[in-house]
Amino acid sequence: MKAELDPASPLPASFKSLKVLVVDYESGNLRSVAKALEKAGVSPIISGDPKELALADAVILPGVGAGDSAMEALGRRGLVEPLRGFVASGRPFLGVCLGLQLLMESTEEGDAPCLGIIPGRVRRLPAGLKVPHMGWNLVELGGQHPVLKDVPNEAYFYFVHSYYVEPKEEQLTIGVTEYSLKFCSVLARDNILATQFHPEKSGYWGLKVYRNFVEHAALVAAGS
Amino acid sequence: MLTKRIIPCLDVKGGRVVKGVRFLDHRDAGDPVALAAFYDREGADELVFYDITASVEERGIMLDVASRTAEQVFIPLTVGGGLRTVDDMQRMLKAGADKVSINTAAVENPRLIEEGAHAFGSQCIVLGLDAMRVPESSPRRWRVRVRTGHGGGQETTLDAVEWAAKAVDLGAGEIVVNSMDSDGTQGGYDLELNRAISEAVSVPVVASGGAGKLEHLYDVIHQGKADAVLAASIFHFGTYSIRQAKEYLAQRGVPVRPL
Repeated sequence: MKAELDPASPLPASFKSLKVLVVDYESGNLRSVAKALEKAGVSPIISGDPKELALADAVILPGVGAGDSAMEALGRRGLVEPLRGFVASGRPFLGVCLGLQLLMESTEEGDAPCLGIIPGRVRRLPAGLKVPHMGWNLVELGGQHPVLKDVPNEAYFYFVHSYYVEPKEEQLTIGVTEYSLKFCSVLARDNILATQFHPEKSGYWGLKVYRNFVEHAALVAAGS
Repeated sequence: MLTKRIIPCLDVKGGRVVKGVRFLDHRDAGDPVALAAFYDREGADELVFYDITASVEERGIMLDVASRTAEQVFIPLTVGGGLRTVDDMQRMLKAGADKVSINTAAVENPRLIEEGAHAFGSQCIVLGLDAMRVPESSPRRWRVRVRTGHGGGQETTLDAVEWAAKAVDLGAGEIVVNSMDSDGTQGGYDLELNRAISEAVSVPVVASGGAGKLEHLYDVIHQGKADAVLAASIFHFGTYSIRQAKEYLAQRGVPVRPL
């Protein structure tokens, strides 16, 4: 099922100038995300500077940890409006784990509002389960997006989270995962693709997601 | 459905794997990065490096090992051994570890769990718990031991189940339960110990110590209620491959990530 080096095969030289920015707001696994992007063929910019964000061709919002302190950190760095602006510009955006949850309007994790880009809220996984939901779980894809190109409709990805998103518009959920309840593990809307799992920790198919994201970003950048 | 994880554990000393691994060619047999890449290809769900380096001077080497591993291996990596402060944890996480495991340092200073969880999130903080049975206890009890990297370690007055529960209250996101009675025997995990802890805490429990046969993995998942199994010798010595372990568990109805 796997072509060994596919996600890591060399990219065309034109991709070298692609500005893929990983948002640095002191929340978690930036290095893992950057390494996965390097494996996918680009040298990402890791930055928390709103000016750089505005100039990026594509943005990844990673994140582990607590939602309320993450929003606080984004606020402190003046990144809230620039992030909303970037997403509204139509350029490719990838949210990972907390980076998915922050897109919503509110979270049960704290009182601070989230980015409010996607209508809906973030809820805590129900009591009685082992939390965090940690490990490899099945993602059932029911929709398409360029960033999921060639990813099988059923594939395993690595999860670590205690909260999940509940978007108001059901059709935005294009991947679901079961952990006692079925929750949205992949959300897509136009230029946004966001995953509850960590593609940078999900082996082959995870790297494929990053590679697809980079290729998609290059196509969009070339067309604009 | 969430799958049960199979996690090979490598003991590393001064940047080299201790005991070595019998089925790789000799060039790579002691290189933790090469082994990590090998186990990743084999289908391991996560990896654990345990730094048993005694000297402080050599601790920095582990940062380099974690960093080089993170460049090549895209599954979760936990590093334990010798991490005594939040700064130690931060350096290891920045180097490329996804989780840090603390043991003796947490017993001596439980606030370390709290501070680590606050700084990096609970999902990064693994409590390593070494436990030994209290002879003739009924109901069965286990005591926590520390400094087990050097011989059998030292007994503490802590009850293993109570310590696990307390660590979770403080913010530990996962517990690796290592039975000092079973470790190295290849006679099976301590099922009672794992079950007692798994039922007492709300976070995932990783069973460690005693794997000798594939049946042991099944038993500690099924009867011991473990969420993941950690093993060293059976994989390193080539007794079983990760694939064989997964196929065996799948046949017995345990959800595993297929290869």
